[in-house]
Amino acid sequence: MTISCGFEPQRFISSRVKSLPPSGIRCFFDLVANTKGVISLGVGEPDFVTPWHIREACIRSLEQGYTMYTSNWGLPELRREVARYLKERFGLEYDYQHQILITIGASEAVDLALRTVLEPGDEVLIPEPNYVSYKPLTRLAGGVPVIIPTSWEKGFRLTAEDLEKHITPRTKLLILCYPNNPTGMVLSDEDMEDIALLVKKYNLLVLSDEIYAELRYDGPPRSFASLPGMQERTILVSGFSKAFAMTGWRVGYVAAHPEIMAAMVKIHQYTILCAPIMSQMAALEAIRNGGPEMEKMKEEYDRRRRLVVSRLQGMGLKCLEPQGAFYVFPSIEITGMTSLQFAEELLKEEKVAVVPGSAFGDCGEGFIRCSYATSLSELMEALNRMERFVDRKLSLKEAAVK
Amino acid sequence: MKKKILELLEHNSRISPKEIAVMLGLPVQEVSRAMEEMEEERIILSYSTLIDWEKAGVEEVAALIEVKATPEQDVGYDHLARRICSYPEVKSLFLLSGTYDFAVLVVGKSLKEVANFVAHKLAPLEQVQSTVTHFILKKYKDSGIVFFEEQGSDKRQVLQP
Repeated sequence: MTISCGFEPQRFISSRVKSLPPSGIRCFFDLVANTKGVISLGVGEPDFVTPWHIREACIRSLEQGYTMYTSNWGLPELRREVARYLKERFGLEYDYQHQILITIGASEAVDLALRTVLEPGDEVLIPEPNYVSYKPLTRLAGGVPVIIPTSWEKGFRLTAEDLEKHITPRTKLLILCYPNNPTGMVLSDEDMEDIALLVKKYNLLVLSDEIYAELRYDGPPRSFASLPGMQERTILVSGFSKAFAMTGWRVGYVAAHPEIMAAMVKIHQYTILCAPIMSQMAALEAIRNGGPEMEKMKEEYDRRRRLVVSRLQGMGLKCLEPQGAFYVFPSIEITGMTSLQFAEELLKEEKVAVVPGSAFGDCGEGFIRCSYATSLSELMEALNRMERFVDRKLSLKEAAVK
Repeated sequence: MKKKILELLEHNSRISPKEIAVMLGLPVQEVSRAMEEMEEERIILSYSTLIDWEKAGVEEVAALIEVKATPEQDVGYDHLARRICSYPEVKSLFLLSGTYDFAVLVVGKSLKEVANFVAHKLAPLEQVQSTVTHFILKKYKDSGIVFFEEQGSDKRQVLQP
């Protein structure tokens, strides 16, 4: 006897996944993808191609037959170099054999950390606006995201005061991402010290996503883990994507306390096995010899940053000067539009794509994210178009008032 | 400061002193003055445009010509170099070490025009001993810019969070 019944795919999808909200900008993304002649300031990756010497190192390794698995932890030479780099750049001491793990980009590292530490119901503090992954990944790991809104008035920085208000007995983890995507803001040393005190006081763990650490324009890079007492409490996540223009290689790393690391490696070894060896070979070349090229790219971003901020302010948009990453997050309040409306009309009327701030959390409403990881000539053209657009909207608004 | 201004201009001569000033965090008067000074000192020689003439549909033939020459008393190769430079057909001229002395880049409308230039103008010069003409078949990279089509195109996803 056969029982035939209609196949209902939805029946097989877990409620945990079903309850995840779809990406807020999916529709807008499709709109952008289907418009021709768009200059996009909505891209979250460098416009530079990976420097040639890094690509060449990968090609050479392929020629030499490096096509196998590596240790679950990653190539020992690469881990040793990452430990050396963390020491030189941030003054952090890690044992490369037990405290550094090579991952599939920083994204895997974030997921690993959350899955390793969260029990069902554990609360995770997430300052907003912030990168779109933290909330859904927290939910998938059984945790409860607790949003800490930050504001333009406080420079989108997380303050100890706001942090303390959101701590409960269930709070386990605080996620930090500075320099921040989407605002480009960083934490001052005092901010970090105040936060560290609370982390200790309430016995919390910190997941510090420092993927933009190198792209800092106001001084040398700083890691949250370098604060007194914070190294053991910090799961430091970083990677090669942004600073070395290596997004597509998917190679990052995580550094943590040996016991937390041992737990993370358990998940990593069963799910990922290891990061691709060709990407690890390229990363090895990048961390050994990529410094000068990185500095050059950084200098170029810095110049564009100044230009973009000055032009946006010239248009009458309120705009804080970001000190890191490659984003500016101006307010579009004076146009009287929502951020999605602004982004859609800007796309239709002037063919410039930006990301509505609301995609990064409710407190991103009223702002747009513009990336300056775009060639200078494209950037200038995009800004000219935006200026026309804003002028038009402002005079329309003025006429309506009269 | 001058070096930073030059780096910006080298890649995009259309940016204004005002934009340069913003990007480098300098007063605009200072940038303008530095640019004028460098123009006068002939550090900045011209603000030109790199063009793919072939794509623009303009027929053009270029040749790299090796020239062996006899240096002259007191002036060495400079006197001859000045003469060769005077021809508008000559786009670039270099003095080299090695088996020949000058490399001359000549551009003309046709093969014949370039050949005529060599035969009637360049080769007959008194100090020129011999010439070898290499016609340029294809341009792959010029002044740091790669001419391959796919090179300049942005392959990134248009929108990422």
